[in-house]
Amino acid sequence: MSATRLKPVDAVVVGTGIVGSILSKELADAGLKVVALERGRMIDPQHDFASPSTYDELKYDRHSDIFQDLSRETITFRNNARETALPMREMGSFKPGEAVGGTSLHWGTHARRLLPWDFETRSRTVERYGKSRMPAGCTSQDWGLTYDELEPYYDQFEHLYGVGGKAGNLNGEIQPGGNPFEGPRSREFPNPPSPMTYAGTMFANACRELGYHPHVNPVAAQTQAYVNPYKLMLGQCIRGGFCSSHACSMGAKANPLTTVMPALLKQANFELRPLSNVVKVNLDSDRKRATGVTYLDASGREFEQPADLAILAAYTFNNVRLMLLSGIGRPYDPDANRGVVGRNYSYQSAGGVTCFFEEKAFNPFMGGGARGTAIDEYNGDNFDHSGLDFFGGAYVAVASGGAMPIRSIRVPPGTPRWGAEWKRAAARYYQRNLTVRLHGACQSYRQNHLDLDPTYRDANGLPLLRMTFDWGDNERSASAWILGKAEEIARAMNPSRMHAQPTAGHYDIVPYQSTHNMGGAVMGADPATSAVNKYLQSWDVSNVFVIGGSAFPQNSANPPTATIGTLACWAADAIKDQYLKRPGALV
Amino acid sequence: MTEEARAFGYLTQPEIRFLDAAVERLIPADELGPGAKEAGVTYFIDQQLASVWGSHGRNYRAGPWPEGTPQQGFQSRLTPREIYRAAIREVNVHCLKRFQKVFEYLAPREQDEVLEGLESGAIELPSLSSKLFFALLLRNAMEGYFADPIYGGNRDKAGWRLIGFPGVPASNYNDLIGEHNVPYRVEPVSILDIQQGKVKLDSQGLPKHVKLKDEERNAR
Repeated sequence: MSATRLKPVDAVVVGTGIVGSILSKELADAGLKVVALERGRMIDPQHDFASPSTYDELKYDRHSDIFQDLSRETITFRNNARETALPMREMGSFKPGEAVGGTSLHWGTHARRLLPWDFETRSRTVERYGKSRMPAGCTSQDWGLTYDELEPYYDQFEHLYGVGGKAGNLNGEIQPGGNPFEGPRSREFPNPPSPMTYAGTMFANACRELGYHPHVNPVAAQTQAYVNPYKLMLGQCIRGGFCSSHACSMGAKANPLTTVMPALLKQANFELRPLSNVVKVNLDSDRKRATGVTYLDASGREFEQPADLAILAAYTFNNVRLMLLSGIGRPYDPDANRGVVGRNYSYQSAGGVTCFFEEKAFNPFMGGGARGTAIDEYNGDNFDHSGLDFFGGAYVAVASGGAMPIRSIRVPPGTPRWGAEWKRAAARYYQRNLTVRLHGACQSYRQNHLDLDPTYRDANGLPLLRMTFDWGDNERSASAWILGKAEEIARAMNPSRMHAQPTAGHYDIVPYQSTHNMGGAVMGADPATSAVNKYLQSWDVSNVFVIGGSAFPQNSANPPTATIGTLACWAADAIKDQYLKRPGALV
Repeated sequence: MTEEARAFGYLTQPEIRFLDAAVERLIPADELGPGAKEAGVTYFIDQQLASVWGSHGRNYRAGPWPEGTPQQGFQSRLTPREIYRAAIREVNVHCLKRFQKVFEYLAPREQDEVLEGLESGAIELPSLSSKLFFALLLRNAMEGYFADPIYGGNRDKAGWRLIGFPGVPASNYNDLIGEHNVPYRVEPVSILDIQQGKVKLDSQGLPKHVKLKDEERNAR
């Protein structure tokens, strides 16, 4: 079957999540004719996410139709290259989205910036602790750009998404109540911080007693009604739970549908095509230039959309898979440690101490997303790692995400998993527990990578992406050591019982952890170790930009979403200010 | 939901009796309130098996199907429907050999012994892993006890009453966050209640919660 060739456009954008929506808007504002192709369906929040349908844990946490439909496409997974990768047949460890708006329709809204140190992970670690601190096979590296370069774009993204928080460092001056370890910000958050819950307050008090600096997590669930720079109005979050994994009925969760799309869809030079699955970026005969993309519509008809500029703005997996399927960049070979596409896949380490109390009422259903209280003393290189056997760290927090009953019932250690004793413990402790949680970094290693699976195929007959991943000893050590600190904080809250669980053993794809799959098309200063340059432009095909979680050289402790949105703002400016004036390699 | 409205779509009568007995051991009735049987968990499982999930309609279903490591997750060829159908029959065959009775007629202590044998894998079933079946049964029992009653379980919001979960939120939580260590105990509201017009809604379409009286609050 031959593809129907469509009328050329200036830019084709693959995906309509955080990155695709921002790129589409910024390029359309610059006067380009833009087409966005989205494999998922159209969403009208007034209709699809109308109250009370979103207050449904079974649907959204388990069977959601805004998550990726794995019957058509999934990934395969193995812990190491000695194993045979098998398909992820059901959703578990992470939940990529599939709809207009992408994965961020159900994100938890935690909008931390990365630390300045994070962008220079390798050079600063080697500088302070020597080369020997890098574990064998560790391929973590610098980003090729600095926090200072990105700061104006963090600011732009935070104002676009209405992030609520309290600055800890304004232009170099430490601010009381904020996170004193954060990088300097040029101005305050656009919205005030969330008030602390009871659980958060207990945690904060315990932290202060121990000399730490507790602060409220920055969140993109609006802490008050807000009008963003695209003149779109977002509602105030009611803290009704049903947040992470769920769509929001209140228009309070910042995502493409609330922050960008209503303005963008009115623009005559923009066209959105949902249910359009891009299968390939087409290259010209010398493979230096993209001519457009090929996609399949809802009926499986094949179309070629010619474009001068192709923006890959899909989820991490799909950005990497499209590069591999299209032959953009040299595929990574872990044996030779050569090639770049698929290199440096990483995830998010964790750990936690669940604390049970006898006479407390936390009302844990009040909350949402990442609302919570945290300390940053053990993040990045905020503490001296001399004498320790790891580098990097975690932030430690008590989140009040809205405890839904199927997912969030916790019972004390030693309680049976079912029966009368379990039931009594569930009834007693649902309201009387909190978890001091670690959100930890994950370094990149030679063996952890993405490539095309030799056996399993998607509904279109194309090879699935294969993930080879396991925790490194560095992550296990970091989790165990920082968990010890978390246990001290937990003890200071005086629980009757505690249950600590570090990141340990092998990575397991079954239990939900986080939708923070990073890397595989990483950015950097050296084309030998990065797939895209500091402007997210392919080193090999200069009219292709690959933007998103795929660009992270390793995963920092802080959640990636705000940085993904910030990279979108940064790349959009580079394209508008530099590339469009002089198309070609920017570096 | 009225009894007559509860039409079973997949499970057979013997399977219903098996599951009523099994889920009641997982979440038994006691002084704290109804168990899983009374809460409609068997009907919930039936409805789930009849749904897209019951045939793993959104799961990747292509072979080959090697066993894999535990970290690689679900790798069975069988769908949930097929798992329940095969496992219930085979567990009953086991019970007949061991106790000369099918599962539903065993004493509670014997039922627990069988469930523990499935959970640990000590009881081997001919067609599938007993651990796989038990994990699915326990997961579905918890879902059925705590999911919104629109799915046929959690009848009269028994699961939510047990733990004090208010269900669909009211729009005034922001005013209450500062009230530390004050239990918020209300008559839970489900999506089903709203669909059936049983609760008053405010201008944002959210329910007005009705506080429970002190004796109800202090029951736990």
